[in-house]
Amino acid sequence: MFLPLVLTANPEAVKTENKEEKKDVSAGVIEHIMNHVADANEDHILTINNHHITLPLPCILYRKSTQATKGKLSIFLSSKAEEEFDGYKLDHETGRVIDAQTNKRDAFYDFSITKNVFHMMLGFVILALVFISIKNTYTKRKNAAPRGLQGFMEPIIVFLTDEIFKPILGEDKYEKFLPYLLSVFFFILINNLLGLIPFFPGGANASGNIAFTFSLAFCSFILININGTKTYWRHIFAMPGVPLPVLIILTPIEILGVFLKPAVLMLRLFGNITGGHIAVLSIASLIFILGENGAKLGGAFAGGAMALPIMLFVSAIELLVAFLQAFVFTLLSAIFISMALEEPHHQEHH
Amino acid sequence: MHILAFDPMQLITPDLGMVFWTTVVFLLFWFLIGKFALKPITKAIKAREHFINDALSAADKAKAEMQQLQSDNAALLKEAREEGAKILKEAKDVKESIIAEAHNRAKDEAAKIVADAKVEIDSQKKAAIAEVKNEVSRISIDIAQKILGRELDSNKDQQAYINSLVDKIKAN
Repeated sequence: MFLPLVLTANPEAVKTENKEEKKDVSAGVIEHIMNHVADANEDHILTINNHHITLPLPCILYRKSTQATKGKLSIFLSSKAEEEFDGYKLDHETGRVIDAQTNKRDAFYDFSITKNVFHMMLGFVILALVFISIKNTYTKRKNAAPRGLQGFMEPIIVFLTDEIFKPILGEDKYEKFLPYLLSVFFFILINNLLGLIPFFPGGANASGNIAFTFSLAFCSFILININGTKTYWRHIFAMPGVPLPVLIILTPIEILGVFLKPAVLMLRLFGNITGGHIAVLSIASLIFILGENGAKLGGAFAGGAMALPIMLFVSAIELLVAFLQAFVFTLLSAIFISMALEEPHHQEHH
Repeated sequence: MHILAFDPMQLITPDLGMVFWTTVVFLLFWFLIGKFALKPITKAIKAREHFINDALSAADKAKAEMQQLQSDNAALLKEAREEGAKILKEAKDVKESIIAEAHNRAKDEAAKIVADAKVEIDSQKKAAIAEVKNEVSRISIDIAQKILGRELDSNKDQQAYINSLVDKIKAN
């Protein structure tokens, strides 16, 4: 994540501002970090001597219908909107498509293949290749000892299956949810890992995007509740053995809990991944803040000397977090599903 | 005062397009990878687990069988050895009894031969004695005739007389 920042942290705009008002360095840095963590309509790969190398991405935009105009669908490559296209324009600061007149993004729906979507698809392709290759090895070398990529993936799959899903969901039920839980785990993991790579195949922040975590949490939400047993729903709406006055307080809390569980999944993953990225980028920014954007070379070196060990440390933690958060999301999904599969208790005989 | 062009609220507001694409890509992943890769993989792992367990229990069984076989062999060997010793002993006994029997039979045979020989000798002796007796009596008559120089009237009486003499001699 930090390399593009190093390469692009000297945009002319910031530099000229800097000459006038030095205090703005940190504000520029914050903006830069936020733009990095956020999505974009183009895939910025590298900047060499203020020359940007970007991968244009397809924009799929639907202009909302107003009283004057009807809704309109526009599909074009982001490179076409460098100047103006179909009333849209690419904002180079944020890398987002904006309305050419209002400079805002609220007059249209953006269904573009954005940077995050593109990198997520890359992750999909990488995982698909890995899994298909492994699957072929399994069918070709039947009952043989695992080797190569298979040997790396199998312990993860076996650990999740035998140590997590089987005990949580039960010997007879876990197989039904195995494809979903493993898919979620590996899908989050690959996007976390890709997010850690600072250059091309990575560089995006897909799994740290709230929309990404929302979608996966929503899938878990659906899966939890469509598998809810009678007991599960009774425990939510009318907890057995609880007097009515208490139920009036308890039931709204329980209903809230139904939505809170996936919301927690969503926020935890988002917070951990985005937080990690912001931390690494912020520490890297020490170089630019102390060096006052290249004005003070000594400060830049001091900032670098301070930032480097901390960055290494935080990056290592991020690597751990990449696995951990994928695991936690999967584990909690499994636990919530098992809670929904709850069978009647002995207490109900009273 | 520098104003941030970036709206922090944007960071925590799910973008509709991103939600749409994440859902599409993930559902596709779930369906395709789940169905065509994860399921066969987990099945293969399970099948291999069974295979390994079966192979291990089969090996254990074979080991136990081999041990059983080995102890059986040892028992058989011991039995065979005992049988051999027993047969040897019996053969020895038989040999001894045969030898003893042969010995006894030879003894009996010898005794019988000796007895037969004795009977033969006795009869031969009797015949010889009778012949000697006759000869002696004849010679005696001849001698008596010659000595007496006379011919007795009745040879028959003379002979009877001499015979009685000879018998007396025998009795003596």
